[in-house]
Amino acid sequence: MSANIPYDMSITHAPDARGHFGIYGGRFAAETLMGPLKELEEAFAEAWQDPAFQQERMQLLQHYVGRATPLYHADRLSRENGGAQIWLKREDLTHTGAHKINNTIGQGLLARRMGKQRVIAETGAGQHGVATATVAAKFGMQCDVYMGREDVERQMPNVLRMRLLGANVIAVDSGTATLKDALNDALRDWVASCEDTFYIIGTVAGPHPYPLMVRQFHAVIGQEARAQMLEQAGRLPDVAVACVGGGSNAMGLLHPLRDDAVRLVAVEAAGHGLDGHAHAASLARGKAGILHGNLTYLLEDQDGQIQGTHSISAGLDYPGVGPELAAMLDAGELELEAATDDEALEAFRRLTACEGIIPALESSHALAAGMRIAAGMDSSQHVLINLSGRGDKDMNTVFKALGWLEQAS
Amino acid sequence: MTENRLDQVFSRCKQENRAALVGYLTAGDPNVEISESLLLALAESVDVLEIGMPFSDPMADGPVIQQASERALAAGTHMRDVFALVATVRQQHPDIGIVLMGYANSPYAMGIERFAAASAQAGADGVLIVDIPAEESAIWGTHLQAHGLHRIMLLAPTSSEERIALACREAGGFIYYVSLTGITGADMGDIASVQQQVACIRRHTDLPVCVGFGIKTAQQAQAVAAFSDGVVVGSAFVAQIPAHAGDAAAMQQSIRDNARALRAALSPSA
Repeated sequence: MSANIPYDMSITHAPDARGHFGIYGGRFAAETLMGPLKELEEAFAEAWQDPAFQQERMQLLQHYVGRATPLYHADRLSRENGGAQIWLKREDLTHTGAHKINNTIGQGLLARRMGKQRVIAETGAGQHGVATATVAAKFGMQCDVYMGREDVERQMPNVLRMRLLGANVIAVDSGTATLKDALNDALRDWVASCEDTFYIIGTVAGPHPYPLMVRQFHAVIGQEARAQMLEQAGRLPDVAVACVGGGSNAMGLLHPLRDDAVRLVAVEAAGHGLDGHAHAASLARGKAGILHGNLTYLLEDQDGQIQGTHSISAGLDYPGVGPELAAMLDAGELELEAATDDEALEAFRRLTACEGIIPALESSHALAAGMRIAAGMDSSQHVLINLSGRGDKDMNTVFKALGWLEQAS
Repeated sequence: MTENRLDQVFSRCKQENRAALVGYLTAGDPNVEISESLLLALAESVDVLEIGMPFSDPMADGPVIQQASERALAAGTHMRDVFALVATVRQQHPDIGIVLMGYANSPYAMGIERFAAASAQAGADGVLIVDIPAEESAIWGTHLQAHGLHRIMLLAPTSSEERIALACREAGGFIYYVSLTGITGADMGDIASVQQQVACIRRHTDLPVCVGFGIKTAQQAQAVAAFSDGVVVGSAFVAQIPAHAGDAAAMQQSIRDNARALRAALSPSA
């Protein structure tokens, strides 16, 4: 195996010195965390420029995570769908089954470098929790994962995986008992434990430097996909599509394509439809506000109280979004799409039946919109879709939605 | 910064040779009507009343104050109710200091300028926003100042000397020192290190320094009062509400008694 894997230490489209992307981002945190966040910012900046850190990170991404992940031309799906050629970036084939591990490897290495013995994380669907627990097991760190009580119940297989990996899963009962509340409790833990604890945030949100740091750790997705498109298709895609909850897989795929002539499409969860409140489309339906350490688009009421969200996929069920995506939307860099629960389920079934690939429900939102866009294009054009995770974790949800569980019982 | 009622409150306490008692309750907890009676009862004994703006995601608060927000919001408390409660307390207690405390998003949703205007009109003297650090506070400071409101700044055990200096430049009214590395209502930290940090803050400002987070008993209040200008008690008052659930009179009595005992503990003869 090669000893020297290429890595990119440059940081383009950086936020300002205080972590602002346009008017968004920043560091809206309690005073107690301002010192630890500054320390983290400096540690990340230093590590990112250290070839030894980058080399170890790339080695782990290659030999432990299984990168580079394939770029797959879904030729049968493309034919049946009609229109543009559909290419899938196969993050579902990573160790632990989703892109989340790119980030936890990076933050885990940083935690070790900073001498922290304990890591904490928030999780919704459990994919980030599993990826954090995995890295904690590998590095021999204590790990506590906060998870809303409601998510603990609907994502039990992932809860059990985390426990097997040695993590302690803490069910959160406050607020709406979902992802946003898990984030609140993780922040409360960190306020009290920042001396010896590293908080591994799972998306491109939170106080500076998290949105930047998580983007950089995931940028490998788009860097690989870019090179693979050139190699396999002989050209860049016309359109790149990713689903957006907090936005980590979207920034990972789209950031390295920003300076190319590629349409960048973010797909939000439309739940039961964008007209009511049962969705999680903070870019499409939210307004600028301050939550979880950053200024960004939020789903909130007139008084700024954060609203409950709904999506069939727990990983998109979040009332905010990464601040850089908010800035990209305002700047016209990003096209916005949405997919309902039903559209995501339909895309899930089509990919499964047509290509033998079972996608995560989160990724199924990107597929739904990607196929829609491709259908209106020419067969000589190319659509790149981030298949951010595999669907094994979603079997129960899908069976229920299809009515199979009732039939079986 | 022009002087306002908060400055007068602290100079009065200084003349009386005692630390100020700062008491906190969440507006609208358990509902707007009972909350009014509880705030009025607390206002009888405190020098400064902190009125919390309920928020759906109170990230810096422990379970006691989190649940206060949940009760208030479940009972349908809106920002207009918060301002109405401030106005009522102000009418009946013209001399106490009133500080609105909470998280940035509700004021931001209103518009910072509109929020500042409404706060001042209702009779508040200061505003403390937990998740607006000095680095992000310029626009807030401008609007609050324009309406004669002090911007209360938090400092914590993890604040570097550089950050202490920065916050002291932005602050008005008083400095709120968070006595522990953690959330509201946790157990109080080591008193000697709190004293040391307060001394460090005093090197950067002439503003009064109040200490809060984790102070529950008269004994703790006395210990903190020995080296600070004010003692903040929140969770201990809020906890009386669920403890007497369904009995508004008992909540009121318990908060009144607690506040009197703390106030007595802070008088120079105690």
